[in-house]
Amino acid sequence: MFLSVFFFLTGKLREMLPLHINQKLRKKEMGEENKVTLYGMWASPFVRRVKIALKIKGIPYEYVEEDLRNKSQFLLQYNPVHKKVPVLVHNGNPIAESLIILEYINETWKNGPKILPEDPFERAKVRFWADFLQQQFLDSLRSATKSSGEAHEKAMKDVFEKLTVFEEGTEGFFPNGTPHFEGENLGFLDIVLCSLFGSHKVGEEALAMKIIDPERHPLIHSWVTAMNELPVVKETLPPHDKMVSFIQSLRGNSLD
Amino acid sequence: MAEEEVKLFGTWVSPFSRRIEVALKLKGVQYEYIEEDLTNKSPALLNYNPVNKQIPVLVHNGKPVAESLVIMEYIDETWKHNPILPADPYERAMARFWAKYIDEKFCAAARKIVVAKGEEQKGEIDEIQQQMKNLEGELKEKKFFGGESLGFLDIAANIIIWLVVGQEALGMDQILNEEKLPVLHGWLHRLLDDAVFKECVPPKDRHLDLFKVKFGSSIASK
Repeated sequence: MFLSVFFFLTGKLREMLPLHINQKLRKKEMGEENKVTLYGMWASPFVRRVKIALKIKGIPYEYVEEDLRNKSQFLLQYNPVHKKVPVLVHNGNPIAESLIILEYINETWKNGPKILPEDPFERAKVRFWADFLQQQFLDSLRSATKSSGEAHEKAMKDVFEKLTVFEEGTEGFFPNGTPHFEGENLGFLDIVLCSLFGSHKVGEEALAMKIIDPERHPLIHSWVTAMNELPVVKETLPPHDKMVSFIQSLRGNSLD
Repeated sequence: MAEEEVKLFGTWVSPFSRRIEVALKLKGVQYEYIEEDLTNKSPALLNYNPVNKQIPVLVHNGKPVAESLVIMEYIDETWKHNPILPADPYERAMARFWAKYIDEKFCAAARKIVVAKGEEQKGEIDEIQQQMKNLEGELKEKKFFGGESLGFLDIAANIIIWLVVGQEALGMDQILNEEKLPVLHGWLHRLLDDAVFKECVPPKDRHLDLFKVKFGSSIASK
């Protein structure tokens, strides 16, 4: 009896919710098992990582485009701590932070290519370098984006130095020196690199400067070029002109 | 059985280094500990971690692993008994999420508190208290974040002890106390009571003294 009262009351309360949320809740309760939803934004490299991983694993999903200036109730509910994209929702459970989502995808869907290597030491290496790009490299890049004049020059020098550290540190990753990919077997670090530098030509056009110079950073350049040939990478590439305008406006806004 | 050589490069007062000690002890792994002087880093450390030149570094059979959370995952995957991370992928994601939150948000706020003054400092204290409330939401009524025994997030959250010692050293004990954060306060006491964990915190008096020396003058001048 208590249960029936409970359901009656929650039913009544639910009727007071806006219609579209009510409908969504009903859909959830109708046993949408294994449903995967990705909340994202078209230009975000972090969201792109998750799209690539889902495609590699062949996981069907619903994509929800967020307007980051007007975040949806769902996003704020699913990622109350950071209020950011990407958020992956699987069986109603939300996971935030792109690298954590990649690990989750790898551990949950065991069929298909492995995103992380099996050997613990190899895993530690890719996690270390992904963390390097995510923390140290991006911090430098943010400083460079927000500065102008001499400070900007200095910050860009730091950005290139970090790229060199990465280049030198990952030298031994490809047995015969040249990055080469079988089918669509991109791994954790490949995905991170691709998301950050895959569209480097777009960034270079938008900002009128070289970011990944084949002479300065031949390994990163050939690595990214090899990945850009793969269908899974081409399919997740944001539209070129839209991206150029977007990067230009970001740079403009961050200097205000 | 192959000879296993495990070395840990660390310092007595680094929470990141102490995390690795907890993980190794929980797994019963024998290791050699090397105390580093960070003002005069050893050639071995610089060789094993040329990128960041920081501790902790774990060296297993000559192979180095750096970054404390990366090391913890490595330890869990190499010595599979007494798991540190839960088995369920979603719970693993949550443990990783909150550990990252601590390393990024909590550490940044804690650093700002000691250097900020007046209203700005108050703002940072409010921020860190909100962060700890968020962590309480993850702990709920569990004994530890890992459930009945210590897990990945309990180890990563060790840095909260550094906040507690710091606030005591600097006479600022209104940041984390039983009244404001009862759930976390209870967890802290259970943590410090744990047989393994309590061996892996800096000796309190020495720790208090270090805080006073490092930050005492900046606080006194407010």
